[in-house]
Amino acid sequence: MKIHEYQAKELFRQYNIPVAQSSVAFSKEEALKAAIDLGAFPVVIKAQIHAGGRGKGGGVKLAANPDQVLTIADQFLGMNLVTHQTGPEGRIVRKVLVEAGQSIDKEFYLSLLVDRQTEKIVIMASQAGGIDIEAVAEKTPEKIIKVYVDPLLGIQGYQLREVGFRLGFPAPAMKQLYGLLFNLYTFFMESDASLVEINPLILTSVGTVLALDAKVDFDSNALFRHKDLLALRDLDEEDPMEVEASKYNLNYVNLTGNVGNIVNGAGLAMATMDIIKNAGATPANFMDVGGGASAEQVENAFRIILADPKVKAILINIFGGILRCDIFARGVVDAAKKTGVTIPVVIRMEGTNVDQGKQILTDAGLNLTFASDLSDAAAKIAAAVN
Amino acid sequence: MSIFVNKDTKLLVQGITGKEGSFHARHCVTYGTNVVAGITPGKGGQKMDDVPIFDMVSQAVAETGATASMIFVPPPFGADAIIEAADAGIGLIVTITEGIPILDMLKVKNYLATKTCRLIGPNCPGIITPDECKIGIMPGKIHKKGGIGVVSRSGTLTYEVVDQLTKAGMGQSTCIGIGGDPVNGTNFIDVLAAFEADDETTGIVMVGEIGGSAEEEAAAYVQKHLTKPVVGFIAGLTAPPGRRMGHAGAIISGTSGTGAAKIQAFRDNGIHVCENLGKIGQICKDVFRVT
Repeated sequence: MKIHEYQAKELFRQYNIPVAQSSVAFSKEEALKAAIDLGAFPVVIKAQIHAGGRGKGGGVKLAANPDQVLTIADQFLGMNLVTHQTGPEGRIVRKVLVEAGQSIDKEFYLSLLVDRQTEKIVIMASQAGGIDIEAVAEKTPEKIIKVYVDPLLGIQGYQLREVGFRLGFPAPAMKQLYGLLFNLYTFFMESDASLVEINPLILTSVGTVLALDAKVDFDSNALFRHKDLLALRDLDEEDPMEVEASKYNLNYVNLTGNVGNIVNGAGLAMATMDIIKNAGATPANFMDVGGGASAEQVENAFRIILADPKVKAILINIFGGILRCDIFARGVVDAAKKTGVTIPVVIRMEGTNVDQGKQILTDAGLNLTFASDLSDAAAKIAAAVN
Repeated sequence: MSIFVNKDTKLLVQGITGKEGSFHARHCVTYGTNVVAGITPGKGGQKMDDVPIFDMVSQAVAETGATASMIFVPPPFGADAIIEAADAGIGLIVTITEGIPILDMLKVKNYLATKTCRLIGPNCPGIITPDECKIGIMPGKIHKKGGIGVVSRSGTLTYEVVDQLTKAGMGQSTCIGIGGDPVNGTNFIDVLAAFEADDETTGIVMVGEIGGSAEEEAAAYVQKHLTKPVVGFIAGLTAPPGRRMGHAGAIISGTSGTGAAKIQAFRDNGIHVCENLGKIGQICKDVFRVT
């Protein structure tokens, strides 16, 4: 679960991770008040969306006086911000962060994440801060420092020093960095984060270390023990159809094609998308109803996909192991009747009680096409949309 | 032979009285797995069908000699259940539970490094040696005894592959789902090494997905250490970057973890690539030269 910069900075303050003075504003009037409360100009106005690359995309601007605050806030609020991470469709800006301007001496990059390969927490740091770190990682990987922390031992003193010395951090500011990094690690572990990124981490001209940006992603599987963090979820940043699907424990991702698909199991769902593409059509979604989906889940899956105007045909691919084909077929019949489906539906079913399942679908008198296997299903669905 | 499980495996089930636990424990019994005990704290002394229930894994091990565990407890208790099994001396821990927090798994993995037990999963369908032992949620009857080893990151996709193998006349030595989480117990390389050493296994099918770099590492291992033919498949070639495709581990981050890179790694390392899942049975038949 991603959160906004302003929320992440609020959490940083609770963990004594130094950030600049700032507050969030939902209107230009609030932005002006926030700027005046900061007590000095310039201030920085930052569009709040769940995507990086805001600076390059034009979502971060400096305001030198109250008039500029009003102009910039007015321009940001309601605008569709496109960055390299939002995709071409962009994101609507609904709030801005108003922050005290800083005089920057040096910029660094700092992040913590779970490293799948070593099964440790990895601290990544670089002197090349403030810019696209993925480009740095790809072109000059030697410029990225990596320190691996054993989650059972926690972060060690020598590891704090290692990050500091290898970054070439100036001696007078070193202690500030150790404190920041230790607190950041504590925050990461205590809040079940999957990513905490500060880009840039700055050293100001007066020698203060500050997290100038804050990007935090939490492990969705761990939110059961963080009810307070759950309140930070912003549904405006999520696809409404995906929000609806999540209510029924459906794994759904909205895509751009026109073939809706319903599959049991994530791996098979991905493979089904690939098969649709191979046959010359494009998937409209990823939809995993779960290895052992219930009739109710199937019905909701159907309803959500039918509500998508770009869907011109539906491919259902079920390998019934735990999920029995007869139960699935009943779910499809109920859903089809309730939703009054008019577009072509191709069904490929295999596994436990497949013959009874097919019988139920045939008896229901619905407009369905059966496919004998995956290749047949792909050919039939492509023919239906092309 | 086979790998990791066989007719001598004695299974206990953690979370045996839950809805999922009891359902699948019964299916394992029906398949012929020797289920010797169930664990549900507070229900020790009771029975589920003919299976005795214990409060603690250590009691069950002492009284039944259980060698393997199948875990069905809810995700908040997953890490605890794995550590309990490890501390009780269980040699093979198969965790079906989906949704265990990644930091819990990270601690479990670093702890298990000090132990000799093997963990399969979490978030996996389990392991089966056809006609001998089924530990997990896979449909038993699609499997057939034979010489093909199957290792996969997913569930139903594995059933699809196994079904095609069986229909094309190729039985399996052992089939293992290693799970769709970013941090898991047994990885591709562990299984590939075991299949290479197993004299019953004549060919291997490896089913991967987008996300992480486990497939790339496994491909390099195949080139270096395997003499048996390997067929590989990758799911998620059409998945967009940055979106989690159901499995917590199935996400392309930045430029790493893409399907294209994994397919390339397969090709570069002598793995026979199947690009059309509908034809994997046929491709295996050709590669493994089954008549």
